[in-house]
Amino acid sequence: MGFKSEDDKKAYWRANVYLLLKLLAVWFIVSFGCGILFVEILDNIRFFGFKLGFWFAQQGAIYVFVALIFIYVHLMNKLDKQFGVEEE
Amino acid sequence: MDVKTLTFLIVGASFVLYFAIAIWARAGSTKEFYVASGGVHPIANGMATAADWMSAASFISMAGLISFMGYDGAVYLLGWTGGYVLLALCLAPYLRKFGKFTVPDFIGDRYYSQTARTVAVLCAIFICFTYVAGQMRGVGVVFSRFLEVDITSGVLIGMGVVFFYTVLGGMKGITYTQVAQYCVMIFAYLVPAVFISIMMTGHVLPQTGFGSTLVDGSGIYLLDKLDGLSLELGFNEYTSGTKGMIDVFCITAALMVGTAGLPHVIVRFFTVPKVRDARKSAGWALLFIAILYTTAPTIASFARVNMIETINGPSVAGQPSTGTAYTDAPSWISNWEKTGLISWEDKNGDGKMFYAGDERNEMTVDRDIMVLANPEIADLPAWVIALVAAGGVAAALSTSAGLLLVISTSISHDLLKRNLAPNITDRAELFYARLAAAVAICVAGWFGINPPGFVAQVVAFAFGLAASSFFPAIIMGIFYKRMNSKGAIAGMLSGIGFTACYIIYFKFINPAGNIPENWWFGVSPEGIGTLGMLLNFVVAFTVFRFTADAPDDIQQLVEDIRYPQGSGEATSH
Repeated sequence: MGFKSEDDKKAYWRANVYLLLKLLAVWFIVSFGCGILFVEILDNIRFFGFKLGFWFAQQGAIYVFVALIFIYVHLMNKLDKQFGVEEE
Repeated sequence: MDVKTLTFLIVGASFVLYFAIAIWARAGSTKEFYVASGGVHPIANGMATAADWMSAASFISMAGLISFMGYDGAVYLLGWTGGYVLLALCLAPYLRKFGKFTVPDFIGDRYYSQTARTVAVLCAIFICFTYVAGQMRGVGVVFSRFLEVDITSGVLIGMGVVFFYTVLGGMKGITYTQVAQYCVMIFAYLVPAVFISIMMTGHVLPQTGFGSTLVDGSGIYLLDKLDGLSLELGFNEYTSGTKGMIDVFCITAALMVGTAGLPHVIVRFFTVPKVRDARKSAGWALLFIAILYTTAPTIASFARVNMIETINGPSVAGQPSTGTAYTDAPSWISNWEKTGLISWEDKNGDGKMFYAGDERNEMTVDRDIMVLANPEIADLPAWVIALVAAGGVAAALSTSAGLLLVISTSISHDLLKRNLAPNITDRAELFYARLAAAVAICVAGWFGINPPGFVAQVVAFAFGLAASSFFPAIIMGIFYKRMNSKGAIAGMLSGIGFTACYIIYFKFINPAGNIPENWWFGVSPEGIGTLGMLLNFVVAFTVFRFTADAPDDIQQLVEDIRYPQGSGEATSH
């Protein structure tokens, strides 16, 4: 078992890092973006009884955080299987 | 039965439960003591992590804090949850694959240096003591308020309980006790929130009630009502902030990165059997934390509207409210007046209470009352009040136990076994671990009984230090295999040094000058850990440029922790 070749090892790590960067981009956008940097612009939009920016800062970002981790778990398990480096 | 008897019964029953678990799960080896044999189910580990993480401050004070801060309270909500994403994606799986017991273990081995290990041990011990001092005080306060004993006896009871199951059970005992404590805590937090949400908005879920209209027939959204009330009373609009945007950004980032770098949180991911479980367990931990953290801001706004309307009286069509006569006040006001958490001074002599953000104000309100008095404000039965007491105690105990364990592990494992006395046997090491835990509890108890005036100030320290020392060192250790010991040590020292100096200057040397005009780039001492972290990275890479790459065997070690296969169990060597 293990990686079939050095190239595989590199490809696995590259795929891993790209996945992290994509997920962390979402993480940054919902919390620091929607909740802090662009909060005043988003506050002009109503979302039920919330101003949208306020909702992201006190509710929405947290829901996205939880979802992000479970998406990561799912995609990483898939990647491990694809390269044959999953745990027994 | 009256509230006091019920409180004794429910808190007593929860103690019996914790003791029973401790006896069932007592540790027989250092491996059980340090990482519960690495055999904890990811969901159980998630609950334990959540209980470990959510302290008396999260349970009792956070909703109140947000209630008085409005939008700015988001720094805590985002900061103390967002860190788990970093932890799950960038740290937990790799540290689990590395398979040692502690954070200083990783730093010491990865940077092949006893200096790095010692710096890490000292940081870990300092961070944990800072934290635990406040927790023991929290235990004392909860006991004294609900059981009507003085704070010293409260702290002593708390020390006794923690002593019993930490010294006996180690990580194994703590983990399963924390699972029970999480259940007690979250139930106690949600029950009053759900009842109040139903009463005010007709929604069972506080999270949706937060954004809907009030059931008083006015058709006004809760948050609009709160904004209106705030402006009318001379406060800032509730849903807008008062802090500068850069400061909010930096505080949030420092809390997030600090969370991901806190040793008592990281060590929890050594207790699961596999890398896959470490990933999953971080997800469950955040889910369990998010249940409380998405409820807290709803309690903050419900309780604020409730409190303002109770004290100032309802406003009648267009006419601003003028206050409620003190003689007509509900009983919770006089109940909590005895504890000093709320007080009234009739400045204009009209016999009516009035709460405002300007000179009309006649009330002093402590933020803790938002959670503690919530069941009474909503007129809930006595058992709910007792339950909130048990929840507060569970929150304080679970966090103290987790921190004390890190202190004891740092001393017996990192300092003795890996540094000063490498030849001691497993039995002797276990003995020293228990001894260190016992001593740590006594020191923490002493701080709880004689709280130094600076406890509140040094919390910024714990996060700032974790953010500026551990986090960059671990990230570079995993994602940049060529990083060498000189770079990492220089980075850690400059990160800590810078952060510590900034905080010490503004909190201790020149507290009067702690105003936005004097801050660098408008960043408060609470948020300075973010700049400390950046400095750590910059210094580390600069020193690295002029020194040799990490040795080949270390680079091989780093490549090995990058994929899950062959993780095995956590081992000592």
